[in-house]
This record gives sequence, structure tokens and C-alpha cells, in this order.
Amino acid sequence: MRRRRHALPGFGLTLGLSLAYLALIVLIPLAALALKSATIGPLAFWHAVTAPRALAAYRVTFGCAAVAGLINLVLGPLLAWVLVRYRFPGRKLIDALVDLPFALPTAVAGITLTALYASNGWLGRWIEAAGYKVAYTPTGITVALTFVSLPFLVRSVQPVLEQLEPDIEEAAATLGAGRLTTLRKVILPMLWPAILTGFALAFARAVGEYGSVIFIAGNLPMVSEIAPLLIVAKLDAYDYAGATAIAVVLLLASFVALFLINVLQLWTVRRRSAETR
Amino acid sequence: MMPPRKPSTALRDPAWLRFGLLAIALAFVAVFLVLPLVAVFAFGIEKGVAFFVSSLTDPDARAAIRLTLIVAAIAVPANTIFGVAAAWLITRFAFRGKNLLVSLIDLPFAVSPVIAGLIYVLLFGANGWLGPWLAAHDIKIIYAVPGIILATTFVTFPFVARELIPLMQAQGSEEEQAALTLGAGGWSMFWRVVLPKIGWGLVYGVILCNARAMGEFGAVSVVSGHIRGVTNTMPLHVEILYNEYQRTAAFAVASLLALIALATLVVKQLVGWRMRRVAPSEAA
Repeated sequence: MRRRRHALPGFGLTLGLSLAYLALIVLIPLAALALKSATIGPLAFWHAVTAPRALAAYRVTFGCAAVAGLINLVLGPLLAWVLVRYRFPGRKLIDALVDLPFALPTAVAGITLTALYASNGWLGRWIEAAGYKVAYTPTGITVALTFVSLPFLVRSVQPVLEQLEPDIEEAAATLGAGRLTTLRKVILPMLWPAILTGFALAFARAVGEYGSVIFIAGNLPMVSEIAPLLIVAKLDAYDYAGATAIAVVLLLASFVALFLINVLQLWTVRRRSAETR
Repeated sequence: MMPPRKPSTALRDPAWLRFGLLAIALAFVAVFLVLPLVAVFAFGIEKGVAFFVSSLTDPDARAAIRLTLIVAAIAVPANTIFGVAAAWLITRFAFRGKNLLVSLIDLPFAVSPVIAGLIYVLLFGANGWLGPWLAAHDIKIIYAVPGIILATTFVTFPFVARELIPLMQAQGSEEEQAALTLGAGGWSMFWRVVLPKIGWGLVYGVILCNARAMGEFGAVSVVSGHIRGVTNTMPLHVEILYNEYQRTAAFAVASLLALIALATLVVKQLVGWRMRRVAPSEAA
């Protein structure tokens, strides 16, 4: 028979503390947002949410977040592959540096990217000589969002690559598959759930991003104004209802992205258990 | 018949692919990570060390540094106590609604920093739900330090709990059971068994929480009101300097924030190394 297990102490204390603190810091303030949006009235809410300036802001926010996510969708797994599979000097340093966008304050990232891509900047002068403009355009927003969401794709794919069993690749090679075929048909399919999870995390983060974007964006209404900035603009004009309406749309977008992650993870677990059966 | 191939060559990418992927990866890292990091410090000292130091010792900069330290000194311990309590609750007890609780703890990560500021304005602002009551009692939260602390606490809320939950789940409760069997009380078990056991994970969570608390911009910017010397944190001070075309001074303060970020990355590496070193002996 197994050893008799003690009931661990502290259930009441930690339950009470956790729930009280969660309610105080997170739930009650978020309820204030829900209450506020309920008092606006459906018609006024609809008008605030579908105003041309708001629609343009969603387009910029979701468009740039999606493009940044796609750039990372290609380059993130590539970087993860190089970090896990290749041995080269400076590998550990680069591996550590991948977390920089998590650790660097967004305002610092914002002014630095702006200074780099402005027309007299280290990168901007070459880009403008070639006839393009990055700073103060939606392209600049995409650059900033690519920076802040860079770690998500790398860090979601990396552990999967590290745990990949070599025998599957060996089997593919033994059966005559070339290396590229193995990468495309054997390894990539195993990475898709992690890649999509990373993409959704990156997208959810990029949609709400503010500090790194506002310096480089130009912030022209209808052209390069992101939705979080529109919330701030409405707050500055004491339009609390308008700010709340836009905030609800943004929150819903993030929640949908995170909900899809949960569905995806459930699906992956089911598929794995079906395979092992 | 074909001779059996060595597995090592079968698992190796051809040379052209290796160099191609490596070149793309290194170029990506150089442009998006190394260059910005070098640029922060290069722009910060472009007018010399004396200017750099004077940018950091300017009264407004010192007030900003002080406020940032105060905010972190309140938000980080509060979230740490909560994180430990929540992780203990979630990993050691079975109860209904546990999954919901875990999702709610993660919730602040899904909320835009600007919205994190907005919700406190809706609650405590002049036109907010509690605004009239606060005004009648002469309590200022929005455009004052308490608002900054609340907004920072919100955005850094999940960090410690998130780091501890998977760690404590993996560790199990055998040592705690043993301590209780040997007659230890609850608190003595916590200080002598639980805390040493989760030590490095806790350090890592606290460091991450602190980095975000000191660097938070969006949420703080909404509730601060940007009053120089009073409600300016370091990131807000960077913004003001930058918008006033004091670029070098802005980057000098930004360098200090970047140093905190670099220290965070170093501690992360050290903790990861320690945990890997400790893990095998624990398993034995």
C-alpha cells in the first residue's frame, strides 16, 4: 500500500489571496470596461466602432500585425532550426539575444528603430537612396511589430525541434528521400502546430502594441494610425465612450487569436493520442 | 544492395543549404537584434561621456529614475506574493474552476497596454465610476503615482505565477509530504522546503516581472498625465526628451533601460544553466 498522503496546508489562504488579488487588479477593472461599453448604447457603439477613422486604424493594425507575423512565420522557424541544428561560433549569444524584444522596453525599441530607419539613419539612408521609405509609413509599423513579435515564433518552434526524434529523419533518408524532401514532407508537418501557436501569440501581441510603434509610425489618421493610438487620442479628447468601443474590438481580436491557440493545442493533443493508439 | 548510410550524414543538411540558412538567419539577427542594441548605446554616448552622465543626473531624470524604482518596488513584490500563492494553489490542490483560474491569470497578457491604462481611467478617472467619490475624499489615483503603480501591476500580473506553475507541477509534492510527516508546520515547510525548491524559477520570474515593470510604457503613459518630475517614469522621460528633439539625452536614459534589459537576459541564461545543473541531481 502507498504511504498515507498528508493534506497539504494553505488551501484556504492561497485561494482567498489569489481570488481577492485577481479580482482587485484584473477582474474589477476589466468589468469597468464591460460596464462602460454596455452603457454606451448599441447604436452609438456601432457608430464609434465603424467610423471611417476607426476602420482605417483596424486596417493598419491588423494588416501590419499580420505581415509582421508572416515575416516571423518564415524567419522565426528558420532561426530556430539554425540554432538547434547547426554549430557555429556565437550560437549561444544569438540564442540569448532572441529574447531581447521581450526584455527591451518598448519605448526604447521605438526610438531606436525610428533613428535607424529615418532618412538620415544608419539603415534609412540606404533604403531611401534605393527609393523606398520606412520611417513614418505603415512599413515602419511593420518593422516595429516584426521586432516585438520576433521571439514568439522562435521560442514556440525551438523546443519541438529539440525533442524531434532522429529516427524519423533517418527512416526518410533510408527510404531514399533527399534532404529537402525530408525537411518539407517530414519535419515541417510536425512543426505546424507550434508555428501556428507562435503566429497567434505574435499576432495577439502585435495588435495591442503601442510603445514601439508610435515613434516610427508617423501617426497620420486614416494612413498610419494604429488602433491603440486611436484609443489614446479619444481619451485625450475625453471621449471615454469612443475609446471604450475601440478597446472592445481590440480585446475581442486578441481573445479570438488566443482562443484559436487553445483549439489548436487541443487538436494537437488529440492527434498525438490518436497516433499512439 | 546499397551500403548502409551513416545516420549522421543522413541528418545533415547539404552544405549549400546550411550556409544559405545560416546566412539568412545571421542577417535577420544582425538587422533586427544586434543593430538596434548597438544603436541605443552608440546614440546615447554620441556627445561624450560627460553629456551622458549629465543626462542621467539631471533633476527630471533623477525624479524619473526614483519613480520607476518606487513603482517596481511595490508592483513586483505584490505580484511575487500572488504568484507564489496562486502557483501553490493551482499545483497542489484539485478544485473546480481551476482551468478558468489559470486562464484568468494569463488574461493581462492578452490585453493591450493601452487598454490596461484605459480600464483604470474608467474606474478611477474624473469621469470614472469611482471618480466623484475619490474627488470628494481628495484622493488622486489617475494622473498620480497610485495609478502608475496599478497599471504596472496589471501588465506584470502573470509573470511570476506563469514561471512557477509549470515548475511546481513538474517537481511534485514529495518533499512537502516528507516535511509534514517529519512534523514540520505549514510555514516552516514553506520557508525550508518549498522556497529553496522553487528558488531559481522564482528568481527568473521576478527578474522578468521587474524588467517589464521598469520598462512599461503604454499602460503607464495613459494614466500618468506626463507631469515632469512628478509622474514621469524612465520610459516616459525618454519619450518627452525624444519629442523635444533632445535625442542624445533620450538615448542616454534609454541606454540605462537597455542595460536593465541586458542584465535580465544574462540572469535568464545563468538561471537556465543553474536549473539544468540542479535538475539531474534532483532526479537522482
